[in-house]
Amino acid sequence: MGLQVENLTIYYQTLSGDVRALENATFSLEGGEIMGLAGESGCGKTTLGHSLIFLAPPMKYVGGRVLLDGEELPIQDMEKMNEFRFRDISIIPQYAMNALNPIRKIGRMTEELLQAKKVDFKAVLPELKRRLDLVKLPHDVLDLYPIELSGGMKQRMVMVVSTLLDPSLLIADEITSALDVASQKAVAEMLVEFRDQDCCKSAIVITHDISILYQIADSIMIMYAGQVAEKASTRTIIHSPRHPYTKLLISSLPEIGVKYSERQLTGIPGKPPLLLDPPPGCRFRDRCPIAFDKCLEVPPFVEIEKGHFVACWKEAGNA
Amino acid sequence: MKRYFGRKILIYLLTFFLAVTIDWMIPRFMPGDPVRNMLTRVSVNTNASAIQMMYDYYSHLFGLDMPLWQQYLSFWKSLFMGELGISVYLFPTPVKDVLLRAIPYDAFLLVPSILLSWYAGNKFGAFAARSKWLDNTISPLSYILTATPYMWLGILLAWFFGIVLGIFPIAGAYSFTMRPNLSWNFIGSVFHHWFLPFASLFLVGFGGWAIGMRNMIIYELEADYSHFLGALGAPKKLVRKYAFSNAVLPQITGLALQLGVIVAGALVTEVVFSYPGIGYLLLAAIQNQDYFLIQGCFLFIIIGVLLANFIIDIAYILVDPRTRRGMTGETA
Ligand SMILES: Nc1ncnc2c1ncn2[C@@H]1O[C@H](COP(=O)(O)OP(=O)(O)O)[C@@H](O)[C@H]1O
Ligand code: SF4
Ligand SMILES: [Mg+2]
Repeated sequence: MGLQVENLTIYYQTLSGDVRALENATFSLEGGEIMGLAGESGCGKTTLGHSLIFLAPPMKYVGGRVLLDGEELPIQDMEKMNEFRFRDISIIPQYAMNALNPIRKIGRMTEELLQAKKVDFKAVLPELKRRLDLVKLPHDVLDLYPIELSGGMKQRMVMVVSTLLDPSLLIADEITSALDVASQKAVAEMLVEFRDQDCCKSAIVITHDISILYQIADSIMIMYAGQVAEKASTRTIIHSPRHPYTKLLISSLPEIGVKYSERQLTGIPGKPPLLLDPPPGCRFRDRCPIAFDKCLEVPPFVEIEKGHFVACWKEAGNA
Repeated sequence: MKRYFGRKILIYLLTFFLAVTIDWMIPRFMPGDPVRNMLTRVSVNTNASAIQMMYDYYSHLFGLDMPLWQQYLSFWKSLFMGELGISVYLFPTPVKDVLLRAIPYDAFLLVPSILLSWYAGNKFGAFAARSKWLDNTISPLSYILTATPYMWLGILLAWFFGIVLGIFPIAGAYSFTMRPNLSWNFIGSVFHHWFLPFASLFLVGFGGWAIGMRNMIIYELEADYSHFLGALGAPKKLVRKYAFSNAVLPQITGLALQLGVIVAGALVTEVVFSYPGIGYLLLAAIQNQDYFLIQGCFLFIIIGVLLANFIIDIAYILVDPRTRRGMTGETA
């Protein structure tokens, strides 16, 4: 049960060559797990999230496989994936504010979408209304056009629509980033509530802001420049991270639970490499304080303790 | 809602007032003298004092001997009474009658060509947006069509079908040998004469609409809401339907603009094909310095433009919720 991702590699095809945005990602999610996916902007979080559900050009499948509840997802087949989208795997996209058709009333759009998926709207309506209550939206939003809603309302509306068919996996991409601090907390809590009420089984919560994950994520996965760096329970990532990048990231946060801004992340000297032509080996090498010869090869992602995975040559020996 | 319409109507009235004033000014500040023009054309009398008498008589008849401000006021007065004056060039036919005779030809030529090209162009554009093969054939063709100067296309059509092949007449609205009557023969002749000017307008319009629609749809298919639907596995049909209904909005505005410049656009057609609509009339009026007829033609154009815009304003409120929101000034 849950999600298994094995060696997933996704590039962007561009005129100047392949942008190697996701390289050999391997990880898994238990059923019911909320995993935070964090890392600097541009490290490939959205790429990973999107590739699981909507692998559209210029994104290009290079390799790897994805299993959801034991069944392989045909992620590279745009047509075949339709069967899984929405029902088994769903998304609250990064662009949630613009995700609703501007010239359809929200209720009508939802109805047309469900009809197209051969779901009876009337039968779902009571549940839809219950979930509107859950995210504190009045029922008459269904009679409004998206433009009549505030940004936060639109986002919660998208959250309700995406999870209407109780997907096994929900991908929530930067759902808090555009909101003020108070609404961030509220939306994060609503997401947990959704999981607790089985509106989705497990979720990947993508953010460049780790602090929001402290309250809601069971586990956290850290990415750096298209590579997965570390994955462990939230406690472990915060209190005893092992990857040098995670350590720097966590120590650059003011205090647990306090919001940090993106700027502090750049407190780590140097910049991430360009993914168009990344250096071989560990992509963190240029900025890593403890890098050594071995780091010219790509470090394996190994389980050093139960449920704690690290991709670093310094840690590989400790497994 | 009420305030919105109040404001709109005020703007339309102001525009009307200004446009009509300019309409009144233009012929009067054109060089030349319409009465003298008419007299030299019709009169064989060379007696100077007789000519002067006739000149005074006609100037008085047309009200051209009054000071300008009086002419202006009486112009508005008669306008409100539905009087457009008497044509100098087709003396003594009232301008109103001259216009009423020409308008059916314009409507018959322009309304079908604009609406059909709009409909067909949008259909084809939407079609081209989803088929590589069609896109590779129709789009370049459409670009050529819209890039062709209209005059050139009109003359080319007239030359090829009218002169080389000789299958279509290239002048008039019906055969010169006929009098208007309700016979199949006459109706056939009307359609026969109508076809080439219609086709030339249709082709140019079609190309423009098709390109506009194709580009808009491709743009909308890349919009966030389209991607979201795709990510939720919505069938292509629904995604395309949404993209289409968003893409068609700017096309509606475009249609308004087209309907607005209906007469200006037709001017060239009517001249090339000697088609007796308002455009053709306007050219004759200008050549003959017929103040009242020029005014009448422009008045017709002004009313047409404003009316078309007003109708589209209303239509837009019905189809685009975003305008409705701006109208009531609500904030979310
Ligand atoms: N459409 C695209 N074409 C080319 N490169 C892209 C595209 N989208 C993203 N990328 C590149 O892929 C990398 C990962 O991007 P993304 O997954 O959006 O990062 P994140 O979500 O972590 O901020 C970045 O280096 C970005 O420049
Ligand atoms: S593999 Fe090497 S460069 Fe990469 S984090 Fe570990 S020590 Fe640093
Ligand atoms: Mg992103």
